[in-house]
Amino acid sequence: MTEKQPKRWKLFLPLIGFVLVCGFLYQGLRMEPSKLPSALVGKPFPVFSLPSLKDDTQLLDRSAVIGEVALVNVWATWCPSCRVEHRFLNQIAEQFDMPIYGINYKDERAKALQWLQKLGDPYRVSIFDEEGNLGIDLGVYGAPETYLIDHEGMIRYKHVGVVDMDVWRDKLQPIVEELRSIAVVQNGDGVTRK
Amino acid sequence: MIPEIGHYALILSFCFSVALGVLPMYGVYRNNGLLIWLAKPLVAAQFLFIAISFGFLTWCFAVDDFSVSYVASNSNRALPMIYKVTAVWGAHEGSLLLWALILAGWAFAVSCFSRNLPDDIRAMVLSIMGLISVGFTLFLLHSSNPFLRLLPNFPADGNDLNPLLQDFGLIVHPPMLYAGYVGFSVAFSFAIAALLSGRLDASWARWSRPWTNIAWVFLTLGITLGSWWAYYELGWGGWWFWDPVENASFLPWLVGTALLHSLAVTEKRGAFKSWTVLLAISAFSLSLLGTFLVRSGILTSVHAFAVDPERGLYILVFLGVVIGSSLTIYAVRAPTVKSHAVFEFFSRETVLLFNNIILMVATATVLLGTFYPLIYEATTGGKISVGPPYFNLIFAPLILLIMPVMAIVPQILWKRSPTKDLIKKNIIPLVCGAAIAVAFWYSGDQEVAGGFDLRIGLAIVFAAWLFVSIVKDLADKIGLFSDLSAVPQKIRLLTPGYYGMILAHAGIAVCVIGVAMVSTYSVDKDLRMAPGDQVQLGDYQFEFKGLKKTPGPNYTALTAVILVTDESGKQWLMNPEKRQYPVRRNQMTEADIDPGFFRDLYLALGEPLTNGAWSVRIQVKPFVRWLWLGGLLMAFGGFVATLDRRYRMKGRGV
Repeated sequence: MTEKQPKRWKLFLPLIGFVLVCGFLYQGLRMEPSKLPSALVGKPFPVFSLPSLKDDTQLLDRSAVIGEVALVNVWATWCPSCRVEHRFLNQIAEQFDMPIYGINYKDERAKALQWLQKLGDPYRVSIFDEEGNLGIDLGVYGAPETYLIDHEGMIRYKHVGVVDMDVWRDKLQPIVEELRSIAVVQNGDGVTRK
Repeated sequence: MIPEIGHYALILSFCFSVALGVLPMYGVYRNNGLLIWLAKPLVAAQFLFIAISFGFLTWCFAVDDFSVSYVASNSNRALPMIYKVTAVWGAHEGSLLLWALILAGWAFAVSCFSRNLPDDIRAMVLSIMGLISVGFTLFLLHSSNPFLRLLPNFPADGNDLNPLLQDFGLIVHPPMLYAGYVGFSVAFSFAIAALLSGRLDASWARWSRPWTNIAWVFLTLGITLGSWWAYYELGWGGWWFWDPVENASFLPWLVGTALLHSLAVTEKRGAFKSWTVLLAISAFSLSLLGTFLVRSGILTSVHAFAVDPERGLYILVFLGVVIGSSLTIYAVRAPTVKSHAVFEFFSRETVLLFNNIILMVATATVLLGTFYPLIYEATTGGKISVGPPYFNLIFAPLILLIMPVMAIVPQILWKRSPTKDLIKKNIIPLVCGAAIAVAFWYSGDQEVAGGFDLRIGLAIVFAAWLFVSIVKDLADKIGLFSDLSAVPQKIRLLTPGYYGMILAHAGIAVCVIGVAMVSTYSVDKDLRMAPGDQVQLGDYQFEFKGLKKTPGPNYTALTAVILVTDESGKQWLMNPEKRQYPVRRNQMTEADIDPGFFRDLYLALGEPLTNGAWSVRIQVKPFVRWLWLGGLLMAFGGFVATLDRRYRMKGRGV
C-alpha cells in the first residue's frame, strides 16, 4: 500500500470541524447558567412528579407549589452555602409570612431530614429531587438557587446564590409585594388561594 | 509589598514571552543570527520571572497574607503548612499560574536539552511556546490575577481550603496533569515549526518523540493519581465517573497515545507524516479545550472552578486563535509534505494504523459524549446528561478490538511481515491466556458476578493473552529457550524502546484486568450498625465497636472503630471518619481503606441513625489496585522508552 496524497480541500476539514465546535462552545457560553434567569423568567414552573422529602410515599406535582406568590429554593446538604442561607430562609418564612418550597437537589434523604431537624424547616414542603430531574427542567446550575413564582405558577425571578437579608430586601421583596398586589386584584381576595 | 513584587514579576514574564514570541521568529524569517540566538536567554528570563511570581504567591500563602484576596478565599491560619503551599493551586487563579509556570518550564527544558537541534528550528519551537505563554500570562493579568488585594479592610482569617483538596492527592495530581497537558505543547510547537519550515522529516519525528513520551508519562500519572484520589477521597469508592472534566484529561491522553504510535511510524518509515502533524496539533488543542471546559463552567462537573463568563470568553478566543491558526497552517502547508513509504497490508505500519483508527474512534466517542449535552441544548433547547452507560457501551468493544492487536504487534515486522507462523506462534499464549482467565473468573464469588458477561470474559482472556504473549516475546528475544549463556548479552542488546513498549502494554493488560474484576466482583453494602453489631461480607466479618471524637488541626472528627476479622481469624481495626471543618462548615467523609494486592476493603461512615446506630458503607473491591498499578506501569514504560540512545544523537544535518 502506498499513502495517497489527500485532496487539498480535505486538509481544511479539521479547521472546519474546529470552527463548528467553536460555534457550539460560544453558544454554550451564552447559555451560561448564570444568564438563565432571563430565559426562564416568564415561563411556567415546569411539570414534575416527585416524592416529598419527608414521606416518600407521597407524590408531589406542580399543584403542590402553585397558588400563591412563593419562593422555590433549591438546596442540598452537600452545599455549604445552603447552610449559610438556611437561617435567612427561616427568618424570611417567619417574619414575612413567605411561603417557601424546597427542592432537595441531588441529595440523600437521611442527611436532608437530619439537616432540617437540626437547622429548622422553613419549607412548606420539600420536593425530593434525588436524580436532579426537576433541577434539569428548571435549569439549575448549582445550589443554592431561588425561584420566585407568582400565584399562577409563572417564574418571575431567579436568584443564583445565597439569599440573605440584603437580597431579600433589595431584590425579592419588592417583586413579591408587586406580585401579591396583582394577585389580590385578580383574585379579589388575599394572597392565599390553594 | 510581597504580592506586588509577585505581580510585577508576572508582568515582566509576560513582556519576555512577548519578546520570545516575536523576536526569534522574526530572526528566522530574516535569517538574523542574533535574534535567533536571543531565544535561549529570553526563555530563561521568562521562566525565571514566572517562577519568582509563583514563589511570591506561595510566600503569601505561607505567611497567611489575607490581604490578598486569593489567599483569603483559599487558606486559613489553622491550615497545615503543607496544604498552605499546595493551596496555591487549589483554585482557578493559582492553578492557572502553575499552568503558566509549567509551560515556561517546558520551554526552558527544551532550550536546555536541544543541543542536537538546528538553531533555527529551536528558535521557532521556543518562539511558538512563547506565543502560547503570552496567551496564558495575559489571561492571568487580565482576568485571573491571583495577587489582587482586599484593601483596606481585609479579613483576619481566611476562608480555608476546600476540605476535599486538603489531601496528598491534590499535592501531586494537578502538577502532574498540567505537566502532561502542557507537555504536549512541545510536540505541538515542533509540528508547527516543521510545517512552517517545510522540514517535516524523520529527524522532526525523532526530536518530537522523547518530548511527547515524557508529556504522555506525566499525563498518564496525572490521570492515574486523579482516579486514585477520587477513589479514596470522594468517599464512595468510585474510580472513574466519565465526568466532563475527567474526559477532558482523557481526550488528550487518547490522542497523545495515538501520536506516540504515529510518530514511531513517521520516524522509522517516513509514513503518516501529515497525519502525525495533525495528531500533534490535536493533542495540545484538546489540552486547551480541557482547560476551557474546566474554567468556563460551560459543562457542570464536580471539578468546575468558579464560573465567570468573561474568563470563558477569553479562553474561547484564545482557543480559537491558537487552534484556528495552527489548523490553517496545517491546511495550507501540509500539501507540501510527501510520504514515500511503501508497505504491504500485513506489516507493522498497518497495525499501527489500526491502533490509530481505534484511538480516534475512542476520541470521537468521548468527545461526542462530553459535548452532546451542549449540542443538544444548543439545537433543541433541552437538557440531557450523558452517563457511564453510553461510554461503557462504546468503550468495551474498542478495548476488546485493540488488545489482540497489542498481543501480536511485537511479532510483526515493519514494511512486510510473514503471516504463516502467526497463528502457530499465538496458540500457546492464547491458551495460556484463556487458562489464566478461567482462574481469575473462579477466584471471584459467582453470586456477586451474577452470571457470565461475554465482554468481561473476553476482556480478561485478551488481557491474559496480551500479558503471556509479551512475556513469551521477551523470552524469545533474549533466547531464554535456546542459548542460556547468551541471555545477558541479548538483554543488553534490546533497546529501551522495546522494553518501554512491553512495559506499557503490560500496563494496559494489568489495568484491563483490574477494571474487569472490580466491576464484576465488587461487593457494596449500606448497613445500619449499632455498637456491637456484626456483619459478614464476602470472606470478612465486620464488628462495629463504637465511635470516638478525635481532634484535627483545622477540623474535628468522629471516628468509628470497626473490628475486621478475615477467614484465617486475623483481626485488625479500621477507622472511617466524619470530619467537620468549622470555617467552611463542610462535612467530609474520610473513608478508611485497607489496601491489598488482590482486594481493598473500603469503609465509609454514613449518617447517624436512631439509637446510637450509624449507617455504614462497606465495600470489598477485588483487584482495584491493578487499575493504578497498570497506569504506573504504562507511565514507567513511557519513561523507559524515552531513554533510548537514538534520541540523544545529533540529527542528520537537516
